[in-house]
Amino acid sequence: MSELAVAALRLGLLLVLWILIISIVSSQGRDLMVGRRNKVRPQAAAAPAARPASSTAAPVAEAPGQATPGGGQQAAPRPLPRQLEVTEGPLSGQVIDLHGEPLMLGRAQEADLVLDDDYVSGRHARLFPQGSRWFLEDLGSTNGTYVGGSQLARTVAVDPGTPIRIGKTVLVLRP
Amino acid sequence: MPQVISPARPRRTTELVLLLLALGIGLGAHLLSAIGMDREVTAEYWIQTGVLAIMALLFHLVLRLKARYADPYILPIAVTLNGLGIAMIHRLDLESGDNAADRQLLWTVVAMGAALVVLWFLRDHRLLRRRTYLFLIAAGLLLVLPLIPGLGMEINGARIWINLGVGSFQPGEVAKIMLAIFFAGYLSANRDLILLAGKKVGPVTFPRFRDMAPLVIAWIISMGVLVFQRDLGSAILFFGLFMAMIYLATSRVSWIILGLALVGVGGLIAINTISHVGLRVSAWLNAFDPEVYNRTGGSFQIVQGLFGLASGGLLGTGLGEGRPDIVAYANSDMIVASFGEELGFVGLAAIIMLLLLLVTRMMRAALGTRDTFGKLLAAGLAFTMALQCFVVIGGVTMVIPLTGLTTPFMAAGGSSLLANWIVVALVLLVSQAARRPVVVGPMVNASGTGSGHQDRSEPTSLPAPTTPGGER
Repeated sequence: MSELAVAALRLGLLLVLWILIISIVSSQGRDLMVGRRNKVRPQAAAAPAARPASSTAAPVAEAPGQATPGGGQQAAPRPLPRQLEVTEGPLSGQVIDLHGEPLMLGRAQEADLVLDDDYVSGRHARLFPQGSRWFLEDLGSTNGTYVGGSQLARTVAVDPGTPIRIGKTVLVLRP
Repeated sequence: MPQVISPARPRRTTELVLLLLALGIGLGAHLLSAIGMDREVTAEYWIQTGVLAIMALLFHLVLRLKARYADPYILPIAVTLNGLGIAMIHRLDLESGDNAADRQLLWTVVAMGAALVVLWFLRDHRLLRRRTYLFLIAAGLLLVLPLIPGLGMEINGARIWINLGVGSFQPGEVAKIMLAIFFAGYLSANRDLILLAGKKVGPVTFPRFRDMAPLVIAWIISMGVLVFQRDLGSAILFFGLFMAMIYLATSRVSWIILGLALVGVGGLIAINTISHVGLRVSAWLNAFDPEVYNRTGGSFQIVQGLFGLASGGLLGTGLGEGRPDIVAYANSDMIVASFGEELGFVGLAAIIMLLLLLVTRMMRAALGTRDTFGKLLAAGLAFTMALQCFVVIGGVTMVIPLTGLTTPFMAAGGSSLLANWIVVALVLLVSQAARRPVVVGPMVNASGTGSGHQDRSEPTSLPAPTTPGGER
């Protein structure tokens, strides 16, 4: 084979290597943009103030906790809610005092709130404070955790009054 | 950690296209090295590429069947690196008369087979969480194995291999994965205890000893064993894994500062007391000193690697046309220098880019998955791979002292290949959990008793008689 052809093939190999890299980078597209959603959030959160009381009806695109009526996003920092009330399920009527510490919800005996329910996973969800709000994180449960009617796909902030459903139990944060 | 929802698209066809491109690169590199060395393209070339292609396509098929939503980029990247590695090892074999490429190919088949077994039978990475302490015990046993007389083998001052009769194996590579599983399992269960319970001294909260004890014990065992085995590279890797996992779980920068301080102190002690480490550091600082260059265990290897990189230049000498075989361990520790010489800066940059993309895809799986265990596991494994690349490539290019670690997927060495392919399988499982659509349908009875009579659309507080039973 002529020297020129070999040189061309050599450059060709390097070219194909970079073509592979470029096609990987271009085809993953917006998949890598982790920060974008976070940046959009403050603007999206301001919008629901115009149409209150629609949060529990339909699962909306933004975090359910932020679509609560009132749109208190721009208000002065509120105090961290202090109580968790069970409104439905076997433990209905019970009120748990939160001391600003994370709470694990589940069927396992080591959970902070033991929910004796076949539809609840051992370690179902975790409720934890950050700043002046409580955040709910699903711990990979079998049946999922629902906040304001839509299923948790990531950690969301939960406001007082928004129902949290875990199996047959419904919980509400109280100020 | 931020959480992001990925659109639920399998993208397996994207993977297939990229995979064919990856196999094409492997074949092209292989054939070009034959042309460059003026050799006949024997059946060996076609068999080696063919076997890799069969395994890669089988892997793709299993992903289609078992993990449809797994990340589509991880497999093509791993196959590209593996194929390039085999081509380079085979090319170096022809100079030295060794048959390392055949062994590498055999190990590739074993490693990809093991990864397929993990994918096929594990199904969900969360199952690993149930046996957290079992993985700690297994990791400890694997680390101790090379110290057992008769079974362990000492090569170049490090006692990290065991003799399997047919070949040597480095159990530390697999122990690394098991420790990552243990750390992820323990930290995901006890994160809150470590973060919140404990004494507060000034602005820093110190965790209670009993919450940290299992971690500290795991750390002491692995570090102690590595000191006895004189394996500097793995010690750095295990320490990095430990620090990264703690930081990922607690997001406290104080851990990193503490860790770096410990590295500094430990490093100074090691340089001054362990001769092996001291020699490595002096070979790094005074590499071009004739005395250091000529002594055994001196800087000959690094400096020849640098000369190789320099003669490669921008576009390289071309595969098969350089002399990477002058460097000791050209096909394992120094394979980065071999590629730098024959593919040049452009080619080596592409390889580093591929490794970087692999790490970002693993991190992406960690960001996307919803369970803490999966997040910690994938991110910890990704960090370990990134650290390993830094230690190897940094060592070869003289950014840091050279330590014996392998370049993931490329360097000759079965245990490293096996470990890296298992890492790929685990991360693919995590990414499957991250990318698959959230199942919205009738609830699944978690415990099995009285199952199947509750419909999700019915208000759950209503008494049982009103719900239509037995529809599912």
